[in-house]
Amino acid sequence: MKLPLLEVNQIKKYFPITGGILGRKVGEVKAVDRVSFAVYKGETLGLVGESGCGKSTIGRLLLRLQEATDGEIRFEDKDIQALSPKLLKKIRKEMQLVFQDPYASLNPRHKVEKILEEPLIVHGIKDKKERRERIMNMLETVGLDRYHAERYPHQFSGGQRQRIGIARALMTNPKLIIADEPVSALDVSIQSQVLNLLKDLQAEFDLTYIFIAHDLGVVRHISDRVGVMYLGRMVELTDSERLYEEPLHPYTKSLLSSVPVPDPDDQSDSEVLTGEIPSASNPPKGCAFHTRCKECMDVCKTSRPTFQEISPGHHVACHLYGDA
Amino acid sequence: MDKQQDILHVQGLRTSFFTDNGIVPAVDHIDFTIHKGEVLGIVGESGCGKSVTSLSIMGLLPQAGRIVDGEILFQGESLTKATEKRMRSIRGNEIAMIFQEPMTSLNPLFKIGNQLTEAIHTHQSCSKEKARKRSVEMLELVGLPRAEQLLNDYPHQLSGGMRQRVMIAMSMICEPQLLIADEPTTALDVTIQKQILQLMKELNKKLHTSIMMITHDLGVVAEVCDRVVVMYAGKIVEEAPVRTIFKHALHPYTKGLLASVPDIRSKKDRLQSIPGNVPKPGSIDKGCRFAERCEHAMERCFTEDPPLYKAEENQQVRCFLYDTEAKEESHETTTP
Repeated sequence: MKLPLLEVNQIKKYFPITGGILGRKVGEVKAVDRVSFAVYKGETLGLVGESGCGKSTIGRLLLRLQEATDGEIRFEDKDIQALSPKLLKKIRKEMQLVFQDPYASLNPRHKVEKILEEPLIVHGIKDKKERRERIMNMLETVGLDRYHAERYPHQFSGGQRQRIGIARALMTNPKLIIADEPVSALDVSIQSQVLNLLKDLQAEFDLTYIFIAHDLGVVRHISDRVGVMYLGRMVELTDSERLYEEPLHPYTKSLLSSVPVPDPDDQSDSEVLTGEIPSASNPPKGCAFHTRCKECMDVCKTSRPTFQEISPGHHVACHLYGDA
Repeated sequence: MDKQQDILHVQGLRTSFFTDNGIVPAVDHIDFTIHKGEVLGIVGESGCGKSVTSLSIMGLLPQAGRIVDGEILFQGESLTKATEKRMRSIRGNEIAMIFQEPMTSLNPLFKIGNQLTEAIHTHQSCSKEKARKRSVEMLELVGLPRAEQLLNDYPHQLSGGMRQRVMIAMSMICEPQLLIADEPTTALDVTIQKQILQLMKELNKKLHTSIMMITHDLGVVAEVCDRVVVMYAGKIVEEAPVRTIFKHALHPYTKGLLASVPDIRSKKDRLQSIPGNVPKPGSIDKGCRFAERCEHAMERCFTEDPPLYKAEENQQVRCFLYDTEAKEESHETTTP
């Protein structure tokens, strides 16, 4: 049995909407609504979904960059939300974030050396020589050169900057890397370089990844398991292979068939999803997807389907399955 | 090809940017043609000059940019020599453009209806009532519900997909001969992207508007384009019908690009990637622009500029590997 490195249990994040002259709460945006999943040691869990589905919010909740409204997050069996600030800092060393925009996530006034040194200082490595040695080794690990330490971010291309972002995340020897759209700002030919790098690093340092992305091709390539989100809810979670070959949830099916395939002979226009994503501040009653679903039944409009395991390792939240 | 059917003819176009650090050639001697009713895809990575090409055609280059050489013929009329007044009457009327960002290309202070009717009033003289009716028709044509009320909405009240539909409606309202779409779906979610691409295909069939589709997404190219031009560092490196590009690409860059795309239909253990970085515009002035990253690079690739070789019917490639004369000299067999 594999050990879960991270377990998420029924987490919620509601953002208040305030209005009126007194700024009273007039509603809430359910950015993440009762989501549960586990991440096992050494695997890559992909989180996919369209904009506003809550995938990035989950990444931030896991690091407690934002506090969850409710629910439980356990990292190596410790409840993250109950930790004191001091212990939280310690545990953040084990979980690091790689950001989407390699242009905005590096301080333009710092040299690469300083950018990479900061996590070491924060996490208490006092010996200057040791810090320098680790920076130099890390630069080579991510495919850059030692002399790059003396340069500023603007002297690098997008792909190289993302390598620096990855190096910074790896400086503290983390166990878990949360990568939020790490390749979506990069050109295709560079994107594959960075994806290959992430895979190599995973093997070398025994890393666990949570890979948040909207590009389904990229996610298939890098993930062992994939969770599909829609309007703050997880609708399907299973092995990457199974999700792409035999998707069960109607949303997953239409999402997959919407992706343009790089082959002019393979253009099936069978399942075009109509309509728009409803607003998360006013999600449809029952199943959030029922307004766009082709297989919508009466029960879908009133009761929210439970997220359940319908075959080993295959979780779906849909009234078409389960309850049998 | 029948001359009559060419909508746009670009010949030896060279656009340079005059910056403090010298002259940067963004587009370097490109030739291509768009036929009537055709969807031409222009593919390339950032900095390859695909957007500068479209801005050159529209006469919308930023201050530092200038067309230094070449000719752009739109239905036989030179756009490089056209006066600003003439360009104004062409823009939006005969050639329309849609941009990547549906959030920023609509004016947030004006109602949708105002912005749509403005396009009509600029180019045609017609009554307010008629313009309004035409706007409603267009909104319905692009598949927007409750078009009548939508005219009174402000852009912020619409979602990204709806805004892009409004943009398309606005660009098609004067029934242009040519629509230039610069990454029209990049900012949209996949399910919405699919809807927009289908809409563009439909409009192309219904109204016979030629479309120049600028994109970096090869999936989008496969879905909507008839013919493809691949650009790299300001040059056209390959040009062919869409099926040929995907089945028998010749240029090492095109091949590399196709192999780097993670395909949703199958899992590869390792993605093939092109080593190195996309060169900055103007950083290479001699030889093939791709030579540094090319695994087939020969000595002459670094010193000589490869011309476009005609490989097959309708397929052209800028690479010495397809120099048939050189091949015969080195006694290599050429595949027929």
